[in-house]
Amino acid sequence: MSEYAIRAENIGKRYRLGETLGSYSTFRESISGWLRRSPRRGNERDSKDDLWALRGLSFEVRHGEVLGIVGRNGAGKSTLLKVLSRVTEPTEGYAEIRGRVGSLLEVGTGFHPELTGRENIFLNGAILGMKKTEIAAKFDEIVDFSEVEQFIDTPVKRYSSGMYLRLAFAVAAHLEPEILVVDEVLAVGDAEFQRKCIGKMSDVAQQGRTVLFVSHNMSAILRLTQETMVIDKGRMVMRAPSAQAVDYYLSQGFSEEGSKRWEADEVPASAAPFRPRVLRVCNAQGQESNTVRSVEPCSIEIEYEIDEPITGLRVGIYLMSTRGEYIFTSFDTDEPGHYERLATRPAGRYVSRCTIPADLLNEGRYVIGMNASSFRIRRYFHDERALAFNVDAAGAPGTHWPEPRLGQVRPRLEWKIDTVEL
Amino acid sequence: MSISKDIEKVELPVTILQPAKGLGALNLRDLWLYRELIYFMTWRNLKVRYKQTLLGASWAVLRPFMTMVVFSIFFGDLAQVPSDGIPYPIFAFAALVPWGLFSDAVSLAGRSLVQNRHMITKIYFPRVILPLSSILAGLVDFLIAFVVLGGMMVYYKIPPAVYVWTLPLFLLLALITSTGVGLWLAALNVQYRDVNYITPFLTQFWLFVTPIAYPASMVPSKWQLIYSLNPMAGVVEGFRWALLGTEQGAPGSRLIVSSLVAIVLLVTGLVYFKRMERNFADMV
Repeated sequence: MSEYAIRAENIGKRYRLGETLGSYSTFRESISGWLRRSPRRGNERDSKDDLWALRGLSFEVRHGEVLGIVGRNGAGKSTLLKVLSRVTEPTEGYAEIRGRVGSLLEVGTGFHPELTGRENIFLNGAILGMKKTEIAAKFDEIVDFSEVEQFIDTPVKRYSSGMYLRLAFAVAAHLEPEILVVDEVLAVGDAEFQRKCIGKMSDVAQQGRTVLFVSHNMSAILRLTQETMVIDKGRMVMRAPSAQAVDYYLSQGFSEEGSKRWEADEVPASAAPFRPRVLRVCNAQGQESNTVRSVEPCSIEIEYEIDEPITGLRVGIYLMSTRGEYIFTSFDTDEPGHYERLATRPAGRYVSRCTIPADLLNEGRYVIGMNASSFRIRRYFHDERALAFNVDAAGAPGTHWPEPRLGQVRPRLEWKIDTVEL
Repeated sequence: MSISKDIEKVELPVTILQPAKGLGALNLRDLWLYRELIYFMTWRNLKVRYKQTLLGASWAVLRPFMTMVVFSIFFGDLAQVPSDGIPYPIFAFAALVPWGLFSDAVSLAGRSLVQNRHMITKIYFPRVILPLSSILAGLVDFLIAFVVLGGMMVYYKIPPAVYVWTLPLFLLLALITSTGVGLWLAALNVQYRDVNYITPFLTQFWLFVTPIAYPASMVPSKWQLIYSLNPMAGVVEGFRWALLGTEQGAPGSRLIVSSLVAIVLLVTGLVYFKRMERNFADMV
């Protein structure tokens, strides 16, 4: 028999924007749609309303392989999982799947609030493709795992949301498919629950089953997968050993723009003679990027023009958490040497650039504010939330524990561990 | 690891994913693999149907019974509608029991896909299970009401006719018709929510073109053939004939027309359903 669990050839999935976005269509709309469409029936294919969520995707997954899938939002990761788990049919291409596909994102599908925990276990198991005898054999195990045995004959509408989720997860976790699909992005629930998901996934992988793991969390990808596929705009841009693929993904600065550009009409007249142009975040390779790594230095650049000389000007940034807590403030003339040299800044175009050292920021999302002022004289320009960027903790201290670390900074501290003689 | 060895040994089911072509997509193998799900979904529909109602499953009897009472007063007593020589209440009830099966099946099956969209968008299973199981759940209501019908026959001292053994055939005809119409409405509803508004109107209209409140013999003979295009007319007449032995005699050639129409409804319903099925998850 073939050693491949999944073999996909040239898989493509097209969505008609008009059909999918306007979720309710009526007879009248579609009749008028036909009337409008009919004159150009010939070029109906690939009209501008079409969106290829996936295109030309060919890959193979070996039995027992744990494959990571990364890509920014809307790259097609979830569509790919939907196609592979047969929820939706590919528009073109061909794929062969050997074995049952289970997924941890189907947790609680088909649960009915009026039915008891016991009834829902059987129903949900059947929906996930288990045989009745199979469910009966695993029933006690499922109840144990879910920790709700006391309430097993209570309708699940009386459950707390935590109990509900535990029970639902317990059923999904005992499905034991040959191929497991995990979409961390879609996984609901608290950190505890997500940990359980990831724990279950490593178990499954260790049993020699095939796992497809979609995540935005690069450290989890690095820890759990051997190979990773990078998807962008529905196409596979890379498949490589995970370390290499993650590096590529982060350094490409996928995800949204890593810069904020001010058009002339966005700058208030009061800012004159100061004119901000661009604020950007660059990764260690000097490329503009929305996601930078905690273990590498990154830089922040402010590009601006000055129409007339300004005395005592300082241009700088605030770094904030997304909740608005200040982490630090820094100006380009903080160094007395710079300040004295540029006591009066002549007209011209400038770039002020600073480097955020490696091993400073914890993983998460950060907001940069920008300020250009002369101390106690005038504030020329101010943008409290100019730009947001992400920090990824892959390789940072302590990432071998799959837990979020509290705090905004994640320094690499030097620890000494001594034995104390008693 | 022992488990990975097991995987090597067991012949794994191979699934082919590709754009479905033509009618080859009916995929009965999957329906067979998921047969237990049909049972579980039917069971769920039954369990849930009368939850948190005061009267519970008695509704299965009360609804046709109350309709029968209203019909008996207005059509039987006031309008003096003829009833083929049988007491009007049982004349009406014998028709309302299979009619209830049909109208429930059509409205429940029509909504089944949209109501379970969270399942459709998350997981694969043969979609046809959803309308099928809601129709099958209606069968239980039918059986309960049928027992009451038997009680009424005892009360009115009407012995079952000689042809009572043909009754399952008429039940089958009712199921074929319900499934055909149910599949059409369910698939249409995914794309056109108009179905939600059309269905009550459709069943009401259909009620009047079916000989429930009146005997089919009231229809002028030149219209009889067109009239029998309605498969439910064949079902209702067949029920009365097989159970109560109405003087109509075997529905004969008109029954053949009814059956053909029912089969056409079922086949086209299945084909349309299967054609639309691949897009349900994207459209629902």
